[in-house]
Amino acid sequence: MVIAIKDVICIKGKMVTCGSRILEHFESPYDATVIQRLNRADGIIIGQTNMDEFAMGSSTENCAYGVVLNPIDETRVPGGSSGGSAVAVAAGMAWTALGSDTGGSIRQPAAFCGIVGLKPTYGRVSRYGLVAFASSFDQIGPFGGCVSDVARVLKVIAGHDPCDSTSAQVPVPDYVKSLTGDVSGLRIGLPKEYYTEALDREINDAIMKKVDVLRLHGAIVKEVSLPYTEYTIAAYYILTTAEASSNLARYDGARYGRRAKGAKDVIELYTRSRSEGFGDEVKRRIMLGTYVLSAGYYEAYYRKGQKVRRLIKEDFDKAFQDVDCLITPTSPTTAFKIGEKVDDPLTMYLSDIYTVSANLAGIPGISIPCGKDHQGLPIGLQILGKQFDEETILRVADFLESDER
Amino acid sequence: MPVTINDVEHVAKLARLELTEAEKEKFSQQLNTILSYMEKLNEPDTTTVEPLSHVIELSNIFREDKVKPSYPKEEMLKNAPARTEKFFKVPKVILER
Repeated sequence: MVIAIKDVICIKGKMVTCGSRILEHFESPYDATVIQRLNRADGIIIGQTNMDEFAMGSSTENCAYGVVLNPIDETRVPGGSSGGSAVAVAAGMAWTALGSDTGGSIRQPAAFCGIVGLKPTYGRVSRYGLVAFASSFDQIGPFGGCVSDVARVLKVIAGHDPCDSTSAQVPVPDYVKSLTGDVSGLRIGLPKEYYTEALDREINDAIMKKVDVLRLHGAIVKEVSLPYTEYTIAAYYILTTAEASSNLARYDGARYGRRAKGAKDVIELYTRSRSEGFGDEVKRRIMLGTYVLSAGYYEAYYRKGQKVRRLIKEDFDKAFQDVDCLITPTSPTTAFKIGEKVDDPLTMYLSDIYTVSANLAGIPGISIPCGKDHQGLPIGLQILGKQFDEETILRVADFLESDER
Repeated sequence: MPVTINDVEHVAKLARLELTEAEKEKFSQQLNTILSYMEKLNEPDTTTVEPLSHVIELSNIFREDKVKPSYPKEEMLKNAPARTEKFFKVPKVILER
């Protein structure tokens, strides 16, 4: 198993930069749990991959160490924030790769690069040694050229870890065995809020073709409703920036990472080290998160965001009473041009519309290739499942992949 | 409620960030755009909804209160930008009168 690792996961004795200047010389003193598990399974770690700084971005353009290019069309972004990991697999540099997914950072780059990417259920994989962005959203997951590779890696990295108290004490099934090729009787939901007039026709048609194949093989396809869908982006960006502003307070130039020269006192040391070390998008999110947590705004934004998060989660709970999984697009567009959205943060945020809900609800999601658009760019199809039911989404993904061949 | 340059300065101070005049201008515009989009959250009625802070609703997880070996001090000090033999070193914290 030759595997590349997103540069946000700690590997003992290696530089771990998170795509940031503030960690440019940081050498990890320990291995993340996922690295320990890969080593125990004789995994070969071949390299570390570039990413949006602290995993904040949807294009892998916000990097202190350069922009990552999409191997299918080098004028386009590979998606993000795990763009480097997706490219390593898509370009054949590694068999599989690990990424992290806080709001789509595995699934969307998988879609843009034409490969498979899985975000497991929150708590399925230990976050010990994953540098934190938004702790109640972050989850490590695998990329692969095919579904069975992803299933194999998940089997190795999943499971409870005493070092991460949010990792769940739920047995880990043999995911490869769940790839039975049988979808008959499976109930599949299409959330009507995801298939609106605004969705690109080509993407819609590519997905519907796959849904027809499932129907033909005995799956029961139903329309379902997730009424709070229109609030997902707002809730997501309030809660994740709040968590990020708190998590990133640790970068102060005192114990590790970049230290500004010539500071006269400790406050100046913190302020100057952080201002020199963080890039634009990270500063913007720290500012936004600090604002929504500050006195006078906490109730209006942060608390409200948490309440809407419950409504969004309940939408999924209700939908999963009627269906076993949901099929949606992964992204509203195929890979966009480098530079196209850098100066417009809100437009960039809105491009995460189909992926952030899985992180708000803590459910697993997988993106698989689903044909190409008229420009030859890969389209991604997303399958969302119930908490801890990666088996069903892997089974459907594997079935659709065999059909594609 | 628009975010003014003053608000940006206040938040930057809380976040221990130092912004240039151009950054202050840009961030106040961008935060205004983003926050006015966030106003959407006022549409749904949430008066009886409990806030959700964690998707797998866990209660406290305890471990046995036993001393276990920790990482070696030398390893942990290796990344220090400045240090003494045993400690991290920072500029003066308490100012002289």
